[in-house]
Amino acid sequence: MTALPAILEMRTITKEFPGVKALSDVSLIVRRGDIHAICGENGAGKSTLMKVLSGVHPYGTYTGRIFFEGAEVQFKNIRSSEAAGIAIIHQELALVPQLSITENIFLGNEPGRFGIIDWAAAKRRAKELLTWVGLRDDPDTLIKNIGVGKQQLVEIAKALHKDVKLLILDEPTAALNKSDSEHLLDLIVELKGKGVTSIMISHKLNEIEQIADAVTIIRDGRTIETLDVRAEGVDEDRIIRGMVGRSMESRFPDRTPNIGEVFFEVKDLVVLHPQVSDRMVCKHSNLYVRRGEIVGIAGLMGAGRTELAMSIFGRSYGTFVSGQIIKDGKDIQIRTVMNAIDHGMAYVSEDRKVLGLNLLDDVKRSVVSAKLKKISKHSVVNDAKEHDVAEEYRKSLRIKTPTVDEGVSKLSGGNQQKVVLAKWMFTDPDLLILDEPTRGIDVGAKFEIYGIINALAAQGKGVILISSELPELIGLTDRIYTIFEGEITNDIATSEAEPEMLMRSMTSTKKRVAR
Amino acid sequence: MSSISDLRKMFGGGTSAGRQFGMVFVLAAILLFFNWRTHGLTLGSANMIQLAAQYSYILILAIGMVMVIIAGHIDLSVGSVAAFSGIAVALLINDQHLPWPLAVVAGLLIGAVIGAWQGFWVAIVGVPAFIVTLAGMLIFRGANQYLGNSTAAPVPAGFQKIGAGYLPEVGPDTGKNNLTLLIGLVLILALIYREMRLRSVQSKLHSTMAPLWVSLVKLAILAAIIGYATMLFAGGRPGTSIPISGLILAVLVVIYSYIARNTIIGRNIYAVGGNGMAAKLSGVNTRRVNFLVMTNMGMLSALAGMIFVARSGASGAQDGLGWELDAIAAVFIGGAAISGGVGTVIGSIVGGLVMAVLNNGLQLLGVGSDRVQIIKGLVLLIAVALDVYNKNQGRPSLIGFMTNRFRSGPQPVAAVPVGSASEELPVEAEVHS
Ligand SMILES: Nc1ncnc2c1ncn2[C@@H]1O[C@H](COP(=O)(O)OP(=O)(O)OP(=O)(O)O)[C@@H](O)[C@H]1O
Ligand SMILES: [Mg+2]
Repeated sequence: MTALPAILEMRTITKEFPGVKALSDVSLIVRRGDIHAICGENGAGKSTLMKVLSGVHPYGTYTGRIFFEGAEVQFKNIRSSEAAGIAIIHQELALVPQLSITENIFLGNEPGRFGIIDWAAAKRRAKELLTWVGLRDDPDTLIKNIGVGKQQLVEIAKALHKDVKLLILDEPTAALNKSDSEHLLDLIVELKGKGVTSIMISHKLNEIEQIADAVTIIRDGRTIETLDVRAEGVDEDRIIRGMVGRSMESRFPDRTPNIGEVFFEVKDLVVLHPQVSDRMVCKHSNLYVRRGEIVGIAGLMGAGRTELAMSIFGRSYGTFVSGQIIKDGKDIQIRTVMNAIDHGMAYVSEDRKVLGLNLLDDVKRSVVSAKLKKISKHSVVNDAKEHDVAEEYRKSLRIKTPTVDEGVSKLSGGNQQKVVLAKWMFTDPDLLILDEPTRGIDVGAKFEIYGIINALAAQGKGVILISSELPELIGLTDRIYTIFEGEITNDIATSEAEPEMLMRSMTSTKKRVAR
Repeated sequence: MSSISDLRKMFGGGTSAGRQFGMVFVLAAILLFFNWRTHGLTLGSANMIQLAAQYSYILILAIGMVMVIIAGHIDLSVGSVAAFSGIAVALLINDQHLPWPLAVVAGLLIGAVIGAWQGFWVAIVGVPAFIVTLAGMLIFRGANQYLGNSTAAPVPAGFQKIGAGYLPEVGPDTGKNNLTLLIGLVLILALIYREMRLRSVQSKLHSTMAPLWVSLVKLAILAAIIGYATMLFAGGRPGTSIPISGLILAVLVVIYSYIARNTIIGRNIYAVGGNGMAAKLSGVNTRRVNFLVMTNMGMLSALAGMIFVARSGASGAQDGLGWELDAIAAVFIGGAAISGGVGTVIGSIVGGLVMAVLNNGLQLLGVGSDRVQIIKGLVLLIAVALDVYNKNQGRPSLIGFMTNRFRSGPQPVAAVPVGSASEELPVEAEVHS
């Protein structure tokens, strides 16, 4: 293995942003044909390093040298790195929702002559590429009509079209469910067989163990070490030790549940799809939460978990038809998000950029944005309090930012997620609905967030946790609802839950489950 | 904090602060330039007073417009709405013999109702504001001509005060306008009070304080500017001073800046424009916000229309033509973003003043209106292009660059924002170890 020459060598890369040294003297060597993983905590500098490599941060804005295929390269922009055979798939997908799969694949690289696109050729090529990545959808389908998993495949098809030698994937599976993830990982391995080298950033260490050949660990903008994953003794625990500087005995903090009486109930909720009005997204859903209880919702991507959560949270999704929400024995008429917040509900959305944050805001404004009343008098916001509150959460959640005056768009993905969490903790909710709260979050921070969830439950609050990761649900919750095609199919005490059984309830209707 | 970063703060945080701050320098520069070219005519009492009276209504429109634009919309109908309200008020006074103060209230109501009508389409039905107000532009221009039969309607002297009046002469004969002097003095005292309070709050919070001399120098400069302006406005031809319309504008600027910066509704406007979906999920009533900004715009349009009618003594069919463009230009020169979520009241006023001074200065130099328009168009284009370019390059704007050198020169502390200067940068701090 080591005899293979390196395809990429990055030497002593240093990159500074105003007030932040994101990378200092980072070095990275990637062997040809490898799948090279990069690991590190949120804000460690992983995405920044890849942006330096792919020309997003152009030559001159960083110091250090990059050698690609033996020659020194100085990319001015993404185009020039693409020309050299490097393709990057960003943490946040960059497809145009209103365009078709074909159009997206060829965007900026349209086949044809004299600016006239040869659509017949494009479609043929698109079919070819789609077969390669294993996507069977019609290439004319619009991007907005396919799921994230498939969008990810389209991104890869786009990269393959450009004749990629080095494929960079920044947290490719963060938004994918189990089977989509598996498919993607298989594809990366397959590409490896065809000679494509990959760099993959991931917080899912099991994936790294599964497919990577080597892993480089970055902490606080420095390279800590590069491990040969194929070697003896390099497993998840070993990687975690490198990432956080110590070993972690357990992935989930200890907790002794102290569960009280039922205080929150949803009865017979019926909600229709916002556009397709004959499609029910909540089919007579019933659920309850007890004080101090952590309730999980398990379901596949698209099963209607987010739709259910948002429908409960102030009817913010679809068309409400019927149903009751009962809190502390009273039928509370929640019509708007404002009502919901006033009744002590909070919803941490799954998609932080689209639904969770105003990216133009700074950290402090974002933290208080869901309950401005709390720091206002006569509708006038108290700036000093705002600053103090934000500062408090910055410390307690360890949000990595130079100051709370920093714009949230400058934070790393995981730290943005913490800001969203802070925003909802600040509303001091009785019922906290968390939709994939640990997506894109590093192991250490995950542990912290689990701790926060536990602490909230210990204060007698109810928590509803939506997650695609069964181990997370099993490790954290007291009870799990399974959901399939908008229908709640099962209600299982976590102590009796097993993955196979959950999977069965997540993939078949209630009647079949009962049988 | 230094005076510079403090001044910057006046324009709010965020990415656009740089350009708005820079615009102050641009404004000062063109003022001085024209003053030099016109041999002191530009900064003369008569010209300044005239400038204030002539542009106050555009600047009032800019205040409403920046709110609309922050919320992510645009209003093309302001000129027509102003014209319609103007003629409606003139007719109320002439034909219905309504006392003029009541007519003013009626005019504001008419504007608010028109704004609410447009707000209904924008906020409740969901028609893009561009379309709604394009329609409004036609509808209310037509309505103006229908009401007035395309002729002019004169207004009484009492009413003319709000557009063409000045502060009265009271007290002993000092050779200056006493009320204007008083206002200047109060402003300076308020400034000193604010600075003192700021320092006391800072020392209580143990946040880093600028050295005393910085505060003093800052106060001295600002006081000198205010003092100079006061003398200009107080020292005009007898009977002239701060125009009433300018005074109305000043009061509105203070109120609306405060609303935008410090109140919940202000925050909500930024939230809706910045990310409407996220705002909704944070409990912001986005419909109400959209409805309010449109209604408010209608009301301010009516006010601008009335001031204009009062100033020209009669309402006519050509009133308010092209005002929307001046107001929109002021807002964008002042640093607002077309996609919403960004912008400030003060910035828009400065942007509007840049255009006004340019217009006025070129006219004084005898440049024809054809060339004035070309120059104004280019200024708008270049101001926004510079911003876009610098954002793409990740560099501060040209003028931002200048002020940066300023900052890193005598005041190295300035680069660290308030309250956190004593903190270590957390980036290098341990996170989980
Ligand atoms: N454009 C920017 N301006 C200022 N600071 C930035 C910018 N981009 C990143 N940073 C900072 O650089 C550091 C590294 O960020 P980066 O996005 O590389 O982290 P990451 O390792 O990818 O984290 P995550 O796992 O959360 O995605 C962070 O402290 C972040 O706040
Ligand atoms: Mg990242």
